[in-house]
Amino acid sequence: MNTMIKSVRGAMLALATVAVAAPALAAGEGPHIEREQWSFAGPFGTYDRAQLQRGFKVYKEVCASCHGAKFLAFRNLAQPGGPGFTEEQAKVVAAEYTVPKGVDEYGDPVEGPAVLSDRWPSPFPNETAARAANGGAYPPDFSTLAKARAVASGFPGFVFDIFTQYQEHGPDYIYNLLTGYEEAPEGVEVPVGQYYNPKFIAGNTLAMAPPLYADSVEYTDGTPMTVEQYAKDVSAFMMWVAEPKLEERKNLGFRVMIFLIVFASLLYFTKNAIWRNVDH
Amino acid sequence: MAQQDTVEPTRRDFLYIATGAMGAVGAGALAWPFIHQMNPDASALALASIEVDVAAVEPGQSIKVMWRGKPVFIRNRTDEEVAEANDVPVDELPDRMARNLNLSADAVASDENRGVEGNEALIVMVGVCTHLGCIPLGQAGDFGGWFCPCHGSHYDTAGRIRKGPAPENLLIPPFEFISDDVIRIG
Amino acid sequence: MAGHSNYVPQSAAAKWLESRLPVISLVRGSFVDFPTPKNLNYWWTFGGILFFVLVAQILTGIVLVMHYTASTDAAFASVEHIMRDVNFGWLLRYLHANGASMFFIAVFIHMFRGMYYGSYKAPREISWILGVIIFLIMMATAFMGYVLPWGQMSFWGATVITNLFSALPLVGEPIVQWLWGGFAVDNPTLNRFFSLHYLLPFMIFGVVLLHVWAFHTTGNNNPTGIQPKTKQDTLPFHPYYTMKDLFAIVVFMILFAYFVFYIPNYLGHADNYIEADPLVTPAHIVPEWYFLPFYAILRAVPDKLGGVILMFGSIAVLFVLPWLDTSKVRSGTYRPLFKQFFWIFAAVCVGLGYLGAMPAEGIYVVLARILTAYYFAHFLIILPLLGFLEKPKPVPASISESVLGGSGSGKPAGAVAAPETK
Repeated sequence: MNTMIKSVRGAMLALATVAVAAPALAAGEGPHIEREQWSFAGPFGTYDRAQLQRGFKVYKEVCASCHGAKFLAFRNLAQPGGPGFTEEQAKVVAAEYTVPKGVDEYGDPVEGPAVLSDRWPSPFPNETAARAANGGAYPPDFSTLAKARAVASGFPGFVFDIFTQYQEHGPDYIYNLLTGYEEAPEGVEVPVGQYYNPKFIAGNTLAMAPPLYADSVEYTDGTPMTVEQYAKDVSAFMMWVAEPKLEERKNLGFRVMIFLIVFASLLYFTKNAIWRNVDH
Repeated sequence: MAQQDTVEPTRRDFLYIATGAMGAVGAGALAWPFIHQMNPDASALALASIEVDVAAVEPGQSIKVMWRGKPVFIRNRTDEEVAEANDVPVDELPDRMARNLNLSADAVASDENRGVEGNEALIVMVGVCTHLGCIPLGQAGDFGGWFCPCHGSHYDTAGRIRKGPAPENLLIPPFEFISDDVIRIG
Repeated sequence: MAGHSNYVPQSAAAKWLESRLPVISLVRGSFVDFPTPKNLNYWWTFGGILFFVLVAQILTGIVLVMHYTASTDAAFASVEHIMRDVNFGWLLRYLHANGASMFFIAVFIHMFRGMYYGSYKAPREISWILGVIIFLIMMATAFMGYVLPWGQMSFWGATVITNLFSALPLVGEPIVQWLWGGFAVDNPTLNRFFSLHYLLPFMIFGVVLLHVWAFHTTGNNNPTGIQPKTKQDTLPFHPYYTMKDLFAIVVFMILFAYFVFYIPNYLGHADNYIEADPLVTPAHIVPEWYFLPFYAILRAVPDKLGGVILMFGSIAVLFVLPWLDTSKVRSGTYRPLFKQFFWIFAAVCVGLGYLGAMPAEGIYVVLARILTAYYFAHFLIILPLLGFLEKPKPVPASISESVLGGSGSGKPAGAVAAPETK
């Protein structure tokens, strides 16, 4: 019997070793991503309207020439919880773009200026055309991109993420990527048409040239026109594009949590009142 | 709970009532998203308005266009048809309201209030019978306007109900001329 | 189920109904007057929690179907349409997606509770086996549901899991093509998965009723593992356990709401926000967290067929668990050695889950093999032997006695256990 208990203890010890050792090995996968401060993080986070408007400007003037956002409708620009454009402003933006408008009386396709209900037109007619124009690489659509990129937190980070409510993998990664371009170190071969960026999630080089340069997008509100600021603003904008109902969600969530906690307390006392005369 | 209890029964009753009430409120609030999700969504509410070139519609002709999933009749009426519509006293109509979303809700169903302002021969209407939603046939029926084959409603040349089970005149959608020949509906 | 009700219809209408369809006395006998051991702890509330989650999943699922389009061209866009345009669509989808995880959290706790307290032992084998069947259908439902958004993980998860069947000799290829309705995961696959994903929850519901019927026939197990002997040992289900379960359900809802409103994408995989692309495989294909232990077992074996057999075997072994445990004592409370092995086993399952998320290389494979071996050893070697080697603590004579005397430390009043000879 004693030997058995010993072997059990031994097994437990071995398991504990595994539990400590494995995560240590797991760390160091993927690029190291610095976490940024975001206005929309945490239980009461909201988007910074001015930041989303600036980010939209960066997207529109820089990114949109290659990256579409097919689930973004022009009406979204004026919806609550977004960049806070007025409906008139959104209409003006929409009218700058040309979208298919069905067919004329001969059955030929016609185009016309976009209206609020139209969605953001893709810069390329299809993926093949996009690849052909970009050296074989396909610029991903922005609609869900900020939710589609995450570098694993590793252990024990992924446990802490539950309690810190960390959901900003996407914008953190995008910011790190956009500000991560640098000269390739000695001995690193950068293929033609590729650019060195150690923050890239799938290798050290990618086909996207550094897109942002200081002073390339005009900010009129006095915000510094630096690469870092552009990167930050457009990352925040992309998060909104991917998760436009974030504010509504956190707002409703707070009310639901308060309700549930109060209701649970009442139920607890009710349950105790019912059980008060039972030994159990 | 048939238990005898002399210690503060009111406080316990209050607890049960408060818990029950809160549960009822919670259940009601929880039901709302499940109900509201069936209402028209944001993309449906934002549906585009449509633009129609009406220059090509000759007198006596009519065209049918789709707007919000429903047909819209656009008819260029002949002078006789307009005169016929004007001859009917409003007081004798089954529905005396214009049902024109471009006018106030209490406008009467005179032909002037039914036709297009400044171009009385033209009439633009949602082609859905106000009875049970069928699509009336054009240039048909006892009054030369529209006739709904489903249950026999007769509309006159101004789209006003004259005979049959339909309760209201055909609806006139919101529209405006954006150029001399082109109207935008919606 | 019936037979526990002392219900006598009072009104004329109730009498009329009762003589034709005794549904009121059936419900009362099962969920109102049903005598329930009075010492059930909070681990027992997970049955009620599971019922709540099942109903919640069915309700949110039904309304999501009102907006979803099962087609490879439109599925991803329709899910985004739900997230962006449908009124409360984001809420309903996050409820449904996180609800699946909540379902598995609750079912794992429920199963471990059953293992700890010996709820699978005679006379409750049928209830346990029905539970394993529910678990299997749940896994199938969750797997097919994960395919529906048609993201990258949907597509590649479906490809990898359906390909498991290709390991079968001779019939493997035809079976896989039959599952796909083609030569790869494609539109026919998506449509049949959608159909089955809608069907299976109702089958779960049916088996749940059988599961409840079975343990209502034998009576609930309880933390002491002793059958109730007198009326003093039980309480009517309502209001005692209805209120206790309701309280537990609302506490569980707090956890559920925390995930839905604050970290809705925590349990999902980022790659599933990329639309399925049959030409590009993601760098790491990882199943949803609740499949990770089984995935680790699958990858622990270098042989394709062997891995598949072991993975299915890891669930199949649960079916025979009632006959593998040879101990005469039901509850783990009175089994000092079993208790230790139980917690090791639980830790091994968590460890397998962790390894399932890691790449299948190097040290991870070695560890996965060790833990897989232990997983099976627990059922096939440790449990059968423990019954003979272990000296259980004295078991109290009745539930009432254990409640009054403190758990397990009461005087050995029964002749169930041998006296301590340490």
